[in-house]
Amino acid sequence: MKLNLKIWRQQDAKSKGKMTDYSLGGVEGDMSFLEMLDILNEQLINKGEEPVVFDHDCREGICGSCSLMINGEPHGPDRMVTTCQLHMRKFNDGDTIVIEPFRAKAFPVIKDLMVDRTSFDRIQQSGGYISVNTSGNTVDANAIPINKHAADEAMDAATCIGCGACVAACKNASAMLFTSAKVSQFALLPQGQVEATERVQNMVRQMDLEGFGNCTNTGACEIECPKGISLENIARLNREYYSANLKG
Amino acid sequence: MSALIKSSLARKVVMALSGLFLVFFLGQHFVINVTSVFAPDTFNTWSHFMGYNPLVQYILQPILIAGVIVHFVMGFVLELQNRAARGVKYVSYKGSANASWISRNMIITGLVVLAFIGLHMYDFWAHEMSYKYIDVKPEDPTRYFEETVHKFEPFWRTIIYIISFVLLALHLLHGFASSFQTMGVNNKYSAAIKLFTKVYAIGIPAGFIFIALYHHFNQIPH
Amino acid sequence: MGILDSKVPSGPLAEKWTSYKDHIELVNPANKRNIDIIVVGTGLAGGAAAATLAELGYNVKTFCYQDSPRRAHSIAAQGGINAAKNYQGDGDSNYRLFYDTVKGGDYRSREANVYRLAEVSANIIDQCVAQGVPFAREYGGLLDNRSFGGVLVSRTFYAKGQTGQQLLLGAYSAMNRQINRGKIQSHTRHEMMDLVKVDGKARGIIARNLVTGEIERHSAHAVVLATGGYGNVFFLSTNAMGSNVMAAWRAHRKGAFFANPCYTQIHPTCIPVSGDHQSKLTLMSESLRNDGRIWVPKRKEDAVAIQEGKLKPLQLKEEDRDYYLERRYPAFGNLVPRDVASRAAKERCDAGFGVNKTGEAVYLDFTSAIQRYGKEQALTQGLHNADDKEVTKLGKAVIEAKYGNLFQMYEKIVDENPYETPMMIYPAVHYTMGGLWVDYNLQTTVEGCYAAGEANFSDHGANRLGASALMQGLADGYFVLPYTIGDYLSNDIRTGPIATDSPEFDTAEKEVKARLDKLMGGKGLHSVDSYHKKLGKIMWNKCGMSRNAKELQEAIDEISALRADFWENVKIPGIADGMNQELEKAGRVADFLELGELFAKDALTRNESCGGHFREEYQTPEGEAMRDDENFKFASAWEYKGEPKDAVLHKEELVYENIELKTRSYK
Repeated sequence: MKLNLKIWRQQDAKSKGKMTDYSLGGVEGDMSFLEMLDILNEQLINKGEEPVVFDHDCREGICGSCSLMINGEPHGPDRMVTTCQLHMRKFNDGDTIVIEPFRAKAFPVIKDLMVDRTSFDRIQQSGGYISVNTSGNTVDANAIPINKHAADEAMDAATCIGCGACVAACKNASAMLFTSAKVSQFALLPQGQVEATERVQNMVRQMDLEGFGNCTNTGACEIECPKGISLENIARLNREYYSANLKG
Repeated sequence: MSALIKSSLARKVVMALSGLFLVFFLGQHFVINVTSVFAPDTFNTWSHFMGYNPLVQYILQPILIAGVIVHFVMGFVLELQNRAARGVKYVSYKGSANASWISRNMIITGLVVLAFIGLHMYDFWAHEMSYKYIDVKPEDPTRYFEETVHKFEPFWRTIIYIISFVLLALHLLHGFASSFQTMGVNNKYSAAIKLFTKVYAIGIPAGFIFIALYHHFNQIPH
Repeated sequence: MGILDSKVPSGPLAEKWTSYKDHIELVNPANKRNIDIIVVGTGLAGGAAAATLAELGYNVKTFCYQDSPRRAHSIAAQGGINAAKNYQGDGDSNYRLFYDTVKGGDYRSREANVYRLAEVSANIIDQCVAQGVPFAREYGGLLDNRSFGGVLVSRTFYAKGQTGQQLLLGAYSAMNRQINRGKIQSHTRHEMMDLVKVDGKARGIIARNLVTGEIERHSAHAVVLATGGYGNVFFLSTNAMGSNVMAAWRAHRKGAFFANPCYTQIHPTCIPVSGDHQSKLTLMSESLRNDGRIWVPKRKEDAVAIQEGKLKPLQLKEEDRDYYLERRYPAFGNLVPRDVASRAAKERCDAGFGVNKTGEAVYLDFTSAIQRYGKEQALTQGLHNADDKEVTKLGKAVIEAKYGNLFQMYEKIVDENPYETPMMIYPAVHYTMGGLWVDYNLQTTVEGCYAAGEANFSDHGANRLGASALMQGLADGYFVLPYTIGDYLSNDIRTGPIATDSPEFDTAEKEVKARLDKLMGGKGLHSVDSYHKKLGKIMWNKCGMSRNAKELQEAIDEISALRADFWENVKIPGIADGMNQELEKAGRVADFLELGELFAKDALTRNESCGGHFREEYQTPEGEAMRDDENFKFASAWEYKGEPKDAVLHKEELVYENIELKTRSYK
């Protein structure tokens, strides 16, 4: 099939970017979206132009590197997939596809479609861990039984890949789903409860400092999350936060 | 505690709590108004009580006004912050793909409702104030029913009220349920709570519309 | 022993590690504050090492090419992590895990290292649970286990199909704690360009900031390389796009011996290549072979008709199908080890029986499993008169519960419903057992330069068992390196900070810049990817699942020619001092072009078939691998001498004192 691509090109963080039009033929349905961009880049390189820069790595939907706002939706029109898992058979011959970087004040553009998501790392660094030394001298793994339901729920929250689709989709560019996933994972496990108070306070403070927007419960994040992280986690984050602050 | 006040979550909780308070007030307002349809005397009695009871006038009424202002100001502040959080705008943004129009446009429905509150205050509250404090007319516990019915005589006012109530319903459809999520309520009762908020969000404005239409079509001579 | 000293402690196998730990030198906490360590790579091994070393008090600097340590490719591991916990009471023990690993590796690994791995494995699970890793649990609240290939016990711990992700996020969270304390300086979007040696010791690295293109100098008292495997030398593999051999290869060029480069694991169940545009391959978990039956058509004309799309697999009658694994290996059937299953698939496809348009796929069929489960369900639910439709429905539900997410993944990629029509699968490069040669301390032949995880060669011999890579990465990082590095650094407490303005750093930086300039200065005829693809084709066709002397020699010549062509004609648009993804790729491919040749040379030298290395000349009349313990019971460690063709082989004789060498048979 033949496609019309409108792609955001921006030389570096300081430059002004703009949308650029490309026409690309020979696209097959079996290609992933990123493989389609590979072909475009190969053509650009052969013409001596700079290829389009975008983040990608594992190409199997788990590393969270790939991003892209495709026709107004993070990771494109398909559900429960990342851009690398989106296949071109979801598009038709002659389609126009608008490709932009994830947009948020806390995700500045590095180049073209690549953005800086280290704000997510800083949220994690502010408290997304359990303070236990890695000496291995802890209690036996089976010393504390954990309710299977709680363990499964913790796992569901922990599957977040940190791609930032939640922020990109949210009309407020809020990072609540991301932050709540980590807070929830630990809140649901006995090991995480010791530091629960400080963790939630520190992570929310960092989230605010990074300049993410406020959650207005539109639910867009949950729909666009490639891992199906549930809004329940945001409710849990809210609960954890209030009780942490009321405690002192 | 101070962290709580500065944080984004605190702003959300202020929205949720003030919203819930206004929702509660709306219910109480409706209960009184609906008596105007089938029991004008009761309506008069309750209206008189609300208009002259010192507790209502000097404590509850200022709280209510403060509630409206806080909800509005905070809503506006959040909207500005949220717009800023995006930074550069998308060329193509398909909000409808993942969130309802209502949830994305609370600022629009909210502003319409706010404008309506202005009209409503002008219609009733300003009238009351001038009756009581400017003209200093004597207490008349029987005047309320007739005054209310006459307000709905003009077709334009009835229509404005109806449109406003529809938008209020939209505002509540997202806002009421959303406030529970913000308060962190998410348990086995969540589905029931959600259903209740939906019924309430549609039912109460629909009731107000019914009252407006009823009085419009059942005018009493001046 | 030659110049390779494995430094294995003396004493009985089971006591080596304990006695080693009891006798090493320690560094006091005040001195640790004055010692810097560089960790390159932040996957399971690197992330775990960085966190633990920082916790101990060392100043740690981490480097990764990804935008966050959390994205290292360890994240993609699906199945699980082995540990000799014996929670199931099925007779597991440290010895049994050790034995299974050595046997699974076809007796080409070092006993003492593997035993230590088995010994610390149980502690990994304790550690991870304490960190909040949400492993799967049973209803009683205790940890659940599953079984994996090649063993007779249930010792694999898992977190859904995302065990690697959860373990990596655990290590990442431990790192985050230290970053928050200021003990780790995390350098993301940085690539190590060279190792810097001062007085023969590894004392730092030259790194390139991938965002600004700046060349940076970083010094330390020791350097840990935890940069993963080199499967991407094949271009198509299950590795991440960025996975590369650069750090290890740079160290190799500076004197670190490269061991067993030809040991590659080719995983039998991956989604086949769909066309030339393909950029990477996706694994379908090994667990599918528990229920799926693998087959191709018996008659070649049927295969051709299927390839041309004129025939559908379901139209082929039972007697016209060749369940070749069941035919060749009646004892293990579809559950033969990875290397055996992969070779058998290749054999059928090469003979013209492949079932997709390129003829490079076999069927993995769940029809009989669906029927079997369906009937079982009908019985247990008391549906004695269930018709075929009902049985099929019940059976599909069971399969969905077991493998639903994999089936969904398959359907997304291939656009065919695997419940209705058999899956198509084909082997793909998955893991490399070879890597930098390390001694018992995980130190390479460059003093002060350590290698951990997949980047070293140590524990898996010629073939790795499922769920053992995660175990090794975390064992190296959490529990081994912190001790062995401490022993080494105890000599460095008086050294003081390492200066970065020394002539050694000057030279190294100059060399790095010259190399980048040379890459940018190519004539600009062909893209980096076009070279990488060509290299991949040579590797896959001549150094892949089965190898022979003639083709290996051809591969050596072709790769050497391709490398020369690359340096002359590669095309890299853009600039070197800024973000330039083509330049990044070029640097990596340049090193693959050297490694690939050494790989072929190593394979050519090893005149035997063992594990993932199958030489056509060394097979039984039935086509099974023939190991040669008399002549090849050693680890090959190659010393860099300029061109790969000049590399010098050093042998580390493998001593088996606790295990009797046997032939693996699955008939």
